[in-house]
Amino acid sequence: MAPENKLDKSKMVVVEGSYAVAHAVKTCRPNVISAYPITPQTHIVEDLSQFMADGEIPNCEYINVESEFSALSALVGSSAAGARCYSATTSQGLELMHEVLFNVSGMRLPVVMTIVNRAVSAPISIWNDQQDSISQRDTGWIQLYAENIQEISDMTAQAYKISEDKDILMPAMTCMDGFILSHVYEPVVLLEQDLTDEFLPAYEPERILDPKNPLSFGAFADPNYYAEFRYLQEQAMQKALKKIEDVANEFYDIYGRYYGGLIDEYRTDDADIIIMAMGSIVGTIKDLIDKLRDRNVKVGLLKVRAFRPFPAEAIKEVIKDSKVIVTLDKNISLGLNEGALCTETKSVLYNSDIRVPVIGYMIGHGGRDIKVDTIEKIVDDAEEVIKTGIRIESQFADLKEELL
Amino acid sequence: MKNLFDSGHRGCAGCCDAMAAKFTLMGAGEDSIVINPTGCLEVMTTPFPETSWNVPWIHSLFENAAAVGAGVEAALKSLGKENTKVVVMGGDGATLDIGMRSISGTFERGHDLTYVCIDNEAYMNTGVQRSGATPYNASTTTSPSGKVSFGNPRPKKNMPAIMAAHGAPYVATTSIGFPKDMIKKVAKATEIEGPTYVHAHAPCTTGWGFDTSKTVEVAKMAVQTGLWPLYEMEDGEVTKVRKIGKNVKPVEDYLKMQRRFKHLFTMEGGEEEIAKIQAIADKNIEDFGL
Ligand SMILES: Cc1ncc(C[n+]2csc(CCOP(=O)(O)OP(=O)(O)O)c2C)c(N)n1
Ligand SMILES: [Mg+2]
Repeated sequence: MAPENKLDKSKMVVVEGSYAVAHAVKTCRPNVISAYPITPQTHIVEDLSQFMADGEIPNCEYINVESEFSALSALVGSSAAGARCYSATTSQGLELMHEVLFNVSGMRLPVVMTIVNRAVSAPISIWNDQQDSISQRDTGWIQLYAENIQEISDMTAQAYKISEDKDILMPAMTCMDGFILSHVYEPVVLLEQDLTDEFLPAYEPERILDPKNPLSFGAFADPNYYAEFRYLQEQAMQKALKKIEDVANEFYDIYGRYYGGLIDEYRTDDADIIIMAMGSIVGTIKDLIDKLRDRNVKVGLLKVRAFRPFPAEAIKEVIKDSKVIVTLDKNISLGLNEGALCTETKSVLYNSDIRVPVIGYMIGHGGRDIKVDTIEKIVDDAEEVIKTGIRIESQFADLKEELL
Repeated sequence: MKNLFDSGHRGCAGCCDAMAAKFTLMGAGEDSIVINPTGCLEVMTTPFPETSWNVPWIHSLFENAAAVGAGVEAALKSLGKENTKVVVMGGDGATLDIGMRSISGTFERGHDLTYVCIDNEAYMNTGVQRSGATPYNASTTTSPSGKVSFGNPRPKKNMPAIMAAHGAPYVATTSIGFPKDMIKKVAKATEIEGPTYVHAHAPCTTGWGFDTSKTVEVAKMAVQTGLWPLYEMEDGEVTKVRKIGKNVKPVEDYLKMQRRFKHLFTMEGGEEEIAKIQAIADKNIEDFGL
């Protein structure tokens, strides 16, 4: 049973989502921040810059790099030299980092980076979807998706604790929907410094660049060695499955706040229809579920918090007794006509004895508003699938036919 | 003195990169952290699980060594370890071409590190393709001489001038043919606060086509012809030049030593092309008062 979220109202302040994240980063006591501005990530790095200008982040260097490529490259050096490192980016910036992403995870450097999810060009769009981070799913970064500002703020500390664990040592992206979370003001409890100092120990890596004990980082591996490096990365990802759960629980013990571990559930117990989704859309879905439940539609929500590592067992456990699964994806793999959550959910079910149909919807691309009506219509479709089976396996949910 | 760059690496006999790395560390000393982009030096020194480096060493990618260096420097600062020197050693491709953005950003921001460019005038690691540092008329695998081509159509990019224009407090050219010069300049560069740049000319036996015993000889000849002037710049001004004086050699002597220029001696019109290369050397001699 998921713990009850205990928000201390007396601690709440109304701030912008980006500020809450910047504040959380500060509270985690980073040694090096390296970032390049890009909408809608800008407010986070501006707030951090102001903290630096006001001397509020002790023992920290902020590198105003000339590109995202260098933003993350600098952190390769910083992290290897023993620094706790932070960056934030989105969309074009994240795509520019692509090569470095593999490098950071391959070298097992526990960098934490906030992704303020945004669509990718062309056409250029500054608005939200999740194509940017989803397209980086194979780079060896843990990916966590947040539902609201409180969660993304708290997730920052969780991410450091997961990534820096000696059994894990994998970098992490904490993902928040652009504008919807980054530019919205909401009452939140800012990450508490005293509690964070208790929750998150200082970063003390065993192996660093140190002239007293010279080590070589980033050697080349010939065919005798390469595969084992990849295997060990995958092992670390598998260990992260438990670690993400543990850290969510530890966080709850200290702060009293909880948003799920690998996943979270909402009214799934007796649900025939289970909607799976990630990010801010989850709030809208919960509202709709309450409404539909009043009409006796047995629908529930499976919120996917961790997309990497992919929580196959946790998902199976929740959906095994349902009658249809609906995945909502703010991304598409072009040429497959499916979003990643759809494809991956199907893939983990295939060799199991669970026989539940999965239908997928691509929704909210390039910042298109996701209306409650649209999701309600999807639930209607799902009810039809229970009765008559799948007619369309995966489709765009909110196309404007008149524009085609 | 401890060998900071150990024997047993996989470089070719007479490898220029190995000499450059050795001299660089003799100048920088053991309290250094070295950053290498992808390239010959990186590949030949760190076949997992072996390493030639007795200083902490990191390789990330081909185009980001200066940024990685900036990150190391920032970390050392934030962790209170400022005394350790940060030394990037990058090939000409990693420096003049693909790493240009990263080195420009690092120097503009004023990180306290030394960047040593080991200029063997092509992408050697991938099989001698041209770079922005390949000299005029050199035949490489992507700028081959042929029936209608004398090889690389452009002169070398003037990287030291670009780094000086960034406001680097110290920029120097050197050559592996002059070890004392190189060691001294690297030592000086690492002592000076801020981003400093040392550009080392490094003849490659395999890529340029000369006998493995001739690396130093070819390097010396480049300097003696005026094709590779040795100088120092402090705060943007040339403060010291190594004179050639009466010992100046015709460029022909230098070109003849190398397979990459062989076509200039066999093709019709080659003489005029050699004259153009002589003009480059003459201009250097005049500009720097060699
Ligand atoms: C992004 C990227 N592009 C291309 C390569 C292939 N590559 C590896 S090393 C290299 C050339 C290195 O040339 P240089 O920097 O001059 O060093 P050298 O090997 O000549 O010492 C190239 C093209 C790469 N590793 N990464
Ligand atoms: Mg080269």
